[in-house]
Amino acid sequence: MYGGGNVFEATKFDNLQTEDPAKLAEFEARIARGEKIEPKDWMPELYRKQLIRMIEQHAHSEIIGALPEGTWITRAPGFRRKMAQMAKVQDEVGHAQLLYSAAETLGKTREQMLTDLINGKSKYSNVFNYPAFTWADSNIISWLIDAGAIVNQMANAKGSYGPYSRALERICAEEAFHLKYGHDAVVHMATGSSKQREMIQAALNRWWPPIMTFFGPSDKMSTHTETLMRWKVKMASNDECRQQFLDMYVPKIWELGLTVPDPKLKKNMETGQWEYTEPDWDEFKRVINGDGPCNAERLAVRRTAEERGAWVRRALLNPKAKYVKPLA
Amino acid sequence: MNELAIKDLLYKLADDQLILGHRNSEWTGFGPILEEDIAFSSMAQDKIGHSLAFYTLLQDLGETDPDTVAFTRNANQFHNSQLVELPNGEYDFSLIRHFLYDNAEIIRFEMLSQSSYEPIAKVTTKLKGEVKYHVLHANTWIKNLGSSTEEAILRLQSSLTEAIPYALGMFETSKFEQELIESGVYAGEEAVKAEWLERIQAVIEKTDLKLPDLNTTEPKFGGRNGEHTEHLQPLLDEMAEVFKIDPTAEW
Repeated sequence: MYGGGNVFEATKFDNLQTEDPAKLAEFEARIARGEKIEPKDWMPELYRKQLIRMIEQHAHSEIIGALPEGTWITRAPGFRRKMAQMAKVQDEVGHAQLLYSAAETLGKTREQMLTDLINGKSKYSNVFNYPAFTWADSNIISWLIDAGAIVNQMANAKGSYGPYSRALERICAEEAFHLKYGHDAVVHMATGSSKQREMIQAALNRWWPPIMTFFGPSDKMSTHTETLMRWKVKMASNDECRQQFLDMYVPKIWELGLTVPDPKLKKNMETGQWEYTEPDWDEFKRVINGDGPCNAERLAVRRTAEERGAWVRRALLNPKAKYVKPLA
Repeated sequence: MNELAIKDLLYKLADDQLILGHRNSEWTGFGPILEEDIAFSSMAQDKIGHSLAFYTLLQDLGETDPDTVAFTRNANQFHNSQLVELPNGEYDFSLIRHFLYDNAEIIRFEMLSQSSYEPIAKVTTKLKGEVKYHVLHANTWIKNLGSSTEEAILRLQSSLTEAIPYALGMFETSKFEQELIESGVYAGEEAVKAEWLERIQAVIEKTDLKLPDLNTTEPKFGGRNGEHTEHLQPLLDEMAEVFKIDPTAEW
């Protein structure tokens, strides 16, 4: 997991004319040559701002995304699933750690990012504002939300900012395991008892609408988008990602005898494009702006964790605290 | 060798690791810093893995399979110490418990790796390397926070005072104690406790914390014989919530 598509309002398009034209030209030439931009290199302010925003939102999505699946760690059925679920969710928290570090290279501290998260100033992937009612919901998240994230992150891993791109490569390698885990769990449910089949179909029904909005609404092509694509910040359009996801996963869902709850869903053989019921973008906007089933709960959990852990962070920053080297 | 004595020992080891592993896993997503979320999750995975290894030894001795044993027993059938079943509380309590527990567990594992009972010796030899890192983690944090801010020291001191009677409960002897010692399975709980005391004192001395007077502390016994606090059964109910929907199903 969990970075959603570019579903968030983009940074306001600053006037690039305030940038030094010679430096800007050299910056663009480097990107065109396929070079990576590193933390100490010169970069336009718009590039820096947009990347901080993207990486920060991705990091937030990892820790918030750990909550719906995390609640099923203590309830996972049997040793095999219990251990795998723990390892999987731990990976997601590890991804957040990696991503906050990548964002910090651009000049914003982790503490500031977490403060912005709990104040509602910065967003995270909208899908995590929906609840994981049953174990089966957790399986659907592990399989299909992670699958969606891989589609998105494989594209972004080719982006121009070195630290983000390298973090994404590592993350994708782990996500590939999550996908296998999620798929295996869904297969067991879909081929199990009638109760299990019923549970997994119900979970798919609940999660399909959020999954369809995962990549965000169709991009409006604007000068802004063009610039971000030229700078290799945005690597694929939301629709391209959604089509690729449908192409890869709808056949796998059908293969398990599950029904996708969209009567209009089919691949148009002439255009090669999937057709589907247009997701409810009004609801999407409503939820992203705070009015979803779990927004308040997710942020409350995060806020509680921050508050309860504050004394530990204060203690660590205290000059009296001895750094103790753990001698292995 | 008395199989009942070995089984009793294995259940104690397995149940302690399972229940504390479960508690540690509850920190996922709630740690005071991300690094601690990750650390507690790692330890949870190790501990639950260890419990599985011990339940597997029990299965070799004719007990039911590990999933059934772990996910279907009731609280009064569990042999863990009460220390591990207590709720996580704030981070200070979880850290203190982790420190007190793992410093004892490593000694038990070290002793058992020399055991006359070969299956336990083999398993603990393999696993003690992991517990070593749990101890390093605990000791590092206790030394660090235990001599930092006044609020941190106060919190840790209060948790230490609260946890000590339960920690002493870990060393509750079983009716097979003498037999286990005589047949060279391990040196017994009193020996573990004596060594534990030395080790935790060595760490506490490097901090501003004070170990309560153990001579006037009443240990919380009972856990080894199925007597538990009100916290264990809800934990078990939660753990089995999905499993019990259909215990015969493949999940």
